[in-house]
Amino acid sequence: MKHTISVLVENKFGVLSRVSGLFSGRGFNIESLSVGETIDPDISSMTIITRGDDLIIEQITKQLNKLIDVIKVTDLMEVEHVEREMVLIKIAPAKGDRPDALRITDIFRGRIVDSGPKTFTIEITGDEKKISAFVEMMKPYNIKEFVSTGKVAIAREGLKK
Amino acid sequence: MKMSGAEILVECLKKEGVRHVFGYPGGVVLNIFDVLYDEKDLDLILTRHEQAAVHAADGYARVSGKVGVAIVTSGPGATNTVTGLATASMDSIPIVVFTGQVPTMLIGNDAFQEADIVGITRPCTKHNYLVKDVKDLAQTVREAFHIASTGRPGPVLIDLPKDVTSGMCDFVWPKEVNIRSYNPKYEGNKWQMKQAAEEITKAKRPVIMAGGGVILSGASKELKELAELTKMPVTVTLMGLGGFPGTNNLSMGMLGMHGTYCANMAVQNADLIVGIGVRFDDRVTGRTADFAPKAKIVHIDIDPTSIRKTTRVDVPVVGDIKQVLKEIIKNLKETKEQWGAVRKSWLKQVDIWKMERPLDYEHDNKIIKPQFVVEKIYELTKGDAVICTEVGQNQMWAAQFYKYDKPRTWLSSGGLGTMGYGFPAAIGAQFAMPKATVFDIAGDGSIQMNIQELATAVINKLPIKVAILNNRYLGMVRQWQELFFNERYSHTNLDVVPDFVKVAEAYGAVGLRATTPDEVEPVIKEALKIKDRPVFMDFVVDWHEKVYPMVPAGAAIDEMIFGEKKEKKQKFDSSQIKIA
Ligand SMILES: Cc1ncc(C[n+]2csc(CCOP(=O)(O)OP(=O)(O)O)c2C)c(N)n1
Ligand SMILES: [Mg+2]
Repeated sequence: MKHTISVLVENKFGVLSRVSGLFSGRGFNIESLSVGETIDPDISSMTIITRGDDLIIEQITKQLNKLIDVIKVTDLMEVEHVEREMVLIKIAPAKGDRPDALRITDIFRGRIVDSGPKTFTIEITGDEKKISAFVEMMKPYNIKEFVSTGKVAIAREGLKK
Repeated sequence: MKMSGAEILVECLKKEGVRHVFGYPGGVVLNIFDVLYDEKDLDLILTRHEQAAVHAADGYARVSGKVGVAIVTSGPGATNTVTGLATASMDSIPIVVFTGQVPTMLIGNDAFQEADIVGITRPCTKHNYLVKDVKDLAQTVREAFHIASTGRPGPVLIDLPKDVTSGMCDFVWPKEVNIRSYNPKYEGNKWQMKQAAEEITKAKRPVIMAGGGVILSGASKELKELAELTKMPVTVTLMGLGGFPGTNNLSMGMLGMHGTYCANMAVQNADLIVGIGVRFDDRVTGRTADFAPKAKIVHIDIDPTSIRKTTRVDVPVVGDIKQVLKEIIKNLKETKEQWGAVRKSWLKQVDIWKMERPLDYEHDNKIIKPQFVVEKIYELTKGDAVICTEVGQNQMWAAQFYKYDKPRTWLSSGGLGTMGYGFPAAIGAQFAMPKATVFDIAGDGSIQMNIQELATAVINKLPIKVAILNNRYLGMVRQWQELFFNERYSHTNLDVVPDFVKVAEAYGAVGLRATTPDEVEPVIKEALKIKDRPVFMDFVVDWHEKVYPMVPAGAAIDEMIFGEKKEKKQKFDSSQIKIA
């Protein structure tokens, strides 16, 4: 099962490698990891997407907690939560296809953040479903490059699953 | 008053109550060593290899329960500590290792003798630090000692760039340590402890399985009380030896790959396993799917990650063993059970297993059996020595044929299985307990991995007794080749084994040799008389001997192989069995 784990850590040098080293050293799977500062500049938050059965997820959360610099670990699968990811896609559609590509971008509430004589770069934000639906739609328009922030997630207020 | 980083470091160590530091100098730690030169209250013991310095700090910690300390230089000095750190990490031993580092300005430039030791040791320390400013030094040292010695103990490394130890600042000793992200839990959950007590009351065939956690927590007394109160037989892991008296009626000895027949049978037939300070590692469980198949499992440990890591657990209790056992005992006393009557038939069964296949070997009049040497050491020291071991057959025989009655008297690299551990650990142990009789039960292969420490032992007049079970082989590996690789002895014959007597003498130590069984006792007696220098005892033993019983890797622990002789079951009269 796929799990989204949110980890609050001390914003110190080397903490990211402690966390990523834990995953590689213990053979835990890691699908995506994103890090950012929180409002408190001493604390960073990480969103980790991982996969495993209940026993593995239990080990992952315990092992994370055991790291000295980890302040709090939340398995977001246990609570209602919102997940978002942002991607930038550069496409080079054939000449006649450009209006269609722009229309689809519009429908998905994407934004054109750069354009050249042959290419567009589209910014799009959403959950996994929306992003993958959009990418599917863009495939005919010659995707040149694709980058993603990885997921960030946050628990919804006051809702327990 | 302003002090240099080096002076601050030494002040911090004294405040932490450190008396002995093991170490080895080099360029970037010169200013620390310079401060130590005038220091009266803190002795630096120069080992002959940095790995040995860390093992010595580890041995010091295992014997005394205090934090062991080592100081080494950057680069190769630092990388030489890795095996020592990994050894301590696997066995949860509290040590703090200081490594020198190139000046902060040069870090990352591939400067002379630079190594990213914080990066290298991240997975084999409980935590590690790079101090970048002398102002953070005292706080860091305080945190390191706190982290090393609390919760589940472990090694902590502090990397000290040269400009940090030469930099000046005011010395402020932090009054307390407060790490918001580190709060080990000592108190068990009340409800779970009650559950545990209930399972013990309900069980018909319970077994206590005790490990190194009992020793680390100082809970031997409580463990004995629990076992004796409820009449539960006890088996210990390799790390648990000494945590429960080996001579107690309820003791079944060690379990696992080279455990006793009795312990392994009892575990496999138990209806309850009470795991106390153990981590159910593969050398103990054998094939996990078939481990203790009829039993519920109660697991008490301070580290939540130990629970359900390798085996299922029915009742977990996370907390300090001493506190948790006290509470469980209190619960059990309230039940007013007639334990003696309840456990009678189970204990009888346990005694039958004990007598059916006790640990033994065939004695010989011409050639020395290695097990005989260990038995003689036990007999002549009356079980009152600190026994360190190397790794291999020597280690297993030392575990099997010596009975450990007291905690902190058995020092062996259990988790990592580090050849070369025992001798330097013995040096650390002897510093911690100058009056104790300290042995290193060694193999001819292992002793060569830190044999240079003879110099350290001689210079410091340490009367360590090294008993080399010299079989001219990497015996344990040869045993596997014999049993599982069609006797293809690839690179396990040591061919050239040095003359250990001469080696000892070359260093100014005493060398003794026994080649026949009747020479064994006089040699040990002679060694025991020597009080001012180390002794090497070269026991030329039968290289054919194997460690039995043996559970092949991947088998269930009741699928044991026995030596030829043991195939004929001994006759015994079960009416003679005394019930504990
Ligand atoms: C540093 C290290 N290298 C290799 C091994 C693998 N190993 C385990 S036991 C053993 C043989 C040890 O030989 P010896 O010290 O003579 O002990 P014996 O088994 O003969 O008693 C080896 C090579 C190890 N445990 N540690
Ligand atoms: Mg050998």
